[in-house]
Amino acid sequence: MKFQTEYEAAWASVEEIILLKTSDWRYQRPVTKSEKCCQCGSCYLYCPSGSVIEEGNYFTANLDYCKGCGICAKVCPSNAIMMVREKRE
Amino acid sequence: MGDGMATKREIRMLTGNEAAAQAVRLCRPSVIAAYPITPQSELVEELAKFAAEGLIDAEMVEVEGEHSAMSVLIGASAAGARTFTATSGQGLAYMYEPYFAASTQRLPIVMAIANREMLNPSIVAAGEQDFVTLKDGGWVIIVVENCQELLDSLIMAYRLAEDSEIQLPVNICYDGYYLSHLSDRVEIPTQEDVDVFLSPTQKYERPKVDPDKPLICVSFAPGTLMAEYRYKHCAAHERAKSKIDEIDGELFAHFGRSYGGQIEEYRTEDAEVILVTMGSRSGTAKVVVDRKRDEGLNIGLVKIRSLRPFPHERLIKALEGKKAIGVIDRSVCFGRNCGHLFVDVKASLADVAAPIAMVNFIDGLGGGDITIEHIERAVDITYQAARGEPHKKVTWLALE
Repeated sequence: MKFQTEYEAAWASVEEIILLKTSDWRYQRPVTKSEKCCQCGSCYLYCPSGSVIEEGNYFTANLDYCKGCGICAKVCPSNAIMMVREKRE
Repeated sequence: MGDGMATKREIRMLTGNEAAAQAVRLCRPSVIAAYPITPQSELVEELAKFAAEGLIDAEMVEVEGEHSAMSVLIGASAAGARTFTATSGQGLAYMYEPYFAASTQRLPIVMAIANREMLNPSIVAAGEQDFVTLKDGGWVIIVVENCQELLDSLIMAYRLAEDSEIQLPVNICYDGYYLSHLSDRVEIPTQEDVDVFLSPTQKYERPKVDPDKPLICVSFAPGTLMAEYRYKHCAAHERAKSKIDEIDGELFAHFGRSYGGQIEEYRTEDAEVILVTMGSRSGTAKVVVDRKRDEGLNIGLVKIRSLRPFPHERLIKALEGKKAIGVIDRSVCFGRNCGHLFVDVKASLADVAAPIAMVNFIDGLGGGDITIEHIERAVDITYQAARGEPHKKVTWLALE
């Protein structure tokens, strides 16, 4: 018998959950033009899944969790974010 | 009495509810959440009284219903607490959802059930319809015959539930009124002796919610993990079988009392015909067995103590080679139109080489008495089956 977990029931280590990527059904991804980003933080505030991270002098999405809804692109006042279709690997 | 056996004891006349409360006090649970319901109410009252008098050091949670009672205990047990609750009939039905949540999270909660009929008609009397309907809910289900067995079984329940190899919640079921309200001679062991008996639980390990070592409790899981959890849950039930027998042996070593573990066999060795019973009616049936033995009949009795896990192997060993089996049920398996115990016993006997005649009796519904006269009629019909004469498969003893 092959088991996936050491636990007897629905217990899990916190690390396992952090590793769980919840973005595998995304069909488009946000791509930020860093030179256009004015660091207003609108995308960070509006992102419904809390996936936006600050990357030095611009904001971008953590693609492990981003579902590709496009709200960040819509609210960006400098049009720095473009939604790009995902390609099947 | 052997070395190390308890010598001090207190003997009192106690109702089943009082005996259960004494057992709970001796097991030192840290969280109790229960909602009063007839015929279990007196047990909750006794526990509240113990808490008020400082006899137990448990957090008594006043809940608004049984769904909340079990939910409170799920949280407390996940945090590592020893927990207790009790209910009956409709209260158990109201607990349906968290009942499964407790067992499938493998939390060692102990719950006493004072058996009560399910509606309708509106009735608060004894009947096994409440817990037998939930026999496939993942809990260990132990059914007891008298108040002493109730007290001892509750103490044994914590040993079983909390065992690292088991990690299953345990129900101790006792007939409403016949046990919950009638007084019986009960030996109450001392706190010191129960502490010694329960001391192995201190080294048992299980996952717990702990801020220092964070774990996710009730994690989201894909279907493949679900299958894995269910497989492991069944494996724990399988391991529980021998563990129930072992703990019963340890009870004997400590207190000089034994109930046979998963099943009790009464005068079965040379018997040709066996009655199979569960709960308080086993006492009456033993009287009938003694009478029939005096008349020269080779009859014996098997009392099912562990309804879940079902004692398949021990039952086959006890029943193989017999001529006929009469199963006395106190519940109705609608649609199969017989009793629940009959279905389980019959399923196990499908594995024996030589077929055994099997008959079923339904009696004692709605708190009706399962009398000596009723059981004697059941014996007569079982002997008809043993002789290969025409007989009814299912007999409703109160109606015909």
